[in-house]
Amino acid sequence: MEEIKLMKGNEAVAEAAIRCGCDGYFGYPITPQSEILETLMALEPWKTTGMVVLQAESETASINMVYGGAGCGKKVMTSSSSPGISLMQEGLSYIAGAELPCVVVNVTRGGPGLGTIQPSQADYFQTVKGGGHGDYKLITLAPASVQEMADHTVLAFDLAFKYRNPVMVLSDGIIGQMMEKVQLPPHQPRLTDEQVREKYPWATTGKHGRAKQNVITSLELRSEEMEKINNRLQDKYRQVEQNEVRFEEYFCDDAEYLITAFGSCARICQKTIELLRAEGINAGLLRPITLYPFPTETIAQFAKHVKGILSVELNAGQMVEDVRLAVNGVTPVEFYGRQGGMTPTPDEVVKALKSKLVK
Amino acid sequence: MKEEIIIAGFGGQGVLSMGKILAYSGLMQGKEVSWMPSYGPEQRGGTANVTVILSDERISSPILYEYDTAIILNQPSLDKFESRIKPGGTLIYDGHGFVRQPKRTDINIYRIDALEQSIALDMSKTFNMFILGGFLKVRPIVKIEDVLLGLKKSLPERHHHLLPQNEKALRKGMEILIPMQVIA
Repeated sequence: MEEIKLMKGNEAVAEAAIRCGCDGYFGYPITPQSEILETLMALEPWKTTGMVVLQAESETASINMVYGGAGCGKKVMTSSSSPGISLMQEGLSYIAGAELPCVVVNVTRGGPGLGTIQPSQADYFQTVKGGGHGDYKLITLAPASVQEMADHTVLAFDLAFKYRNPVMVLSDGIIGQMMEKVQLPPHQPRLTDEQVREKYPWATTGKHGRAKQNVITSLELRSEEMEKINNRLQDKYRQVEQNEVRFEEYFCDDAEYLITAFGSCARICQKTIELLRAEGINAGLLRPITLYPFPTETIAQFAKHVKGILSVELNAGQMVEDVRLAVNGVTPVEFYGRQGGMTPTPDEVVKALKSKLVK
Repeated sequence: MKEEIIIAGFGGQGVLSMGKILAYSGLMQGKEVSWMPSYGPEQRGGTANVTVILSDERISSPILYEYDTAIILNQPSLDKFESRIKPGGTLIYDGHGFVRQPKRTDINIYRIDALEQSIALDMSKTFNMFILGGFLKVRPIVKIEDVLLGLKKSLPERHHHLLPQNEKALRKGMEILIPMQVIA
């Protein structure tokens, strides 16, 4: 058993990346996620596992270094916070288009623009609806604890390689900055070049006797062919939706009212559920762990039995749209949120639920 | 057992590290712990605070709006957090530099002249351990042995020779705590 440690969410990402056999990290500092790069630099994994850690000249450079590394079949990642992630959108679209695996950690802050460094969930739309151009999807994990920051880093790589698709870990300033107990994942060795060639025949690892070279590109000027590529991507996304939905239920079994919240906001809402239950109101919390694929079917099932659903978010109402699509008018869906780096108190959410849903 | 604590003061007073040592101490006792700092433009001389929760059960929200105990090291923090102490809760403050005294009548209030005493004893670098000692005197939620283990965990090895001085500061802090208002 690994020892239980106390560390920040950002530090847990760095530790987990090294342990799961990551080949390279390329990033640029920005609050509130700079500890990821700082921790990697302090741990000096190039001396132990051989992992490359590089502070790039910008976020644009970082994501393109990731693009290059991923094309070679390497386990590569970057991290940033909201404004930096915006700069990476072109690269993400290219990586999705070229069907390459990579992990991007977004420790979000309040926007728009340079905004604030305090926590926010206002990048939900950017993450799950696109962000970059074209019909692509980012598999999105939303950790709600330091333990999940570590676990999701490992899981993100697994999913990225399983589907040859970029995976986003969508965290925020609370989860990144707080310290909690964490049990780090076991050490896995990095793959050797030979193992990469064997496992990932699509990677650009040199011809090695093959007749034709592998080409990594997102460009296809023949529309008939481009449509086929798009259809293949969509088939893949349907697979992801079928296989990879993850969520957590908190007092949902007998719930008359349901709160939906993800990440740090779900932690605040756990407390809300405790307060509501103490008042005799049977409320439960459904926390999507994957934001894409979204737990649409689960929410649709709950919608048949509950008197109403409140989506609580650190934004102006983004995930609530996906909740409404899932519910499809079967039960009332309301929204409560705070913005700009503010976080709601559990009491505030209690009041919101009562005034909006409990008649 | 669940103790929800805010520690607030000036940047550079050791607010965040005191919280970290407390969290490590809880970890040593197998408790659930969380440590949530105010992060951002804080710097030496600015305000800084950290929320620490120690609990026997799973911790829901790491962000709090009410506290069992507030450890207050400057006037702006007293102004901000005094009203957010739970009735029956505890306020511990360093007596230095306050122009307005605490006014709540429904909480326990203790003063600790840690700044003055730590300077007098030429131990000003362990100021925050005086405060932590004072806190543990009234809220003995972790054992002093576990605090020392926690200290060992959170201090880099090159500073381990300073552990005895920190222990001395902890014990001194326990001695110099002054009850100002103790409710039943």
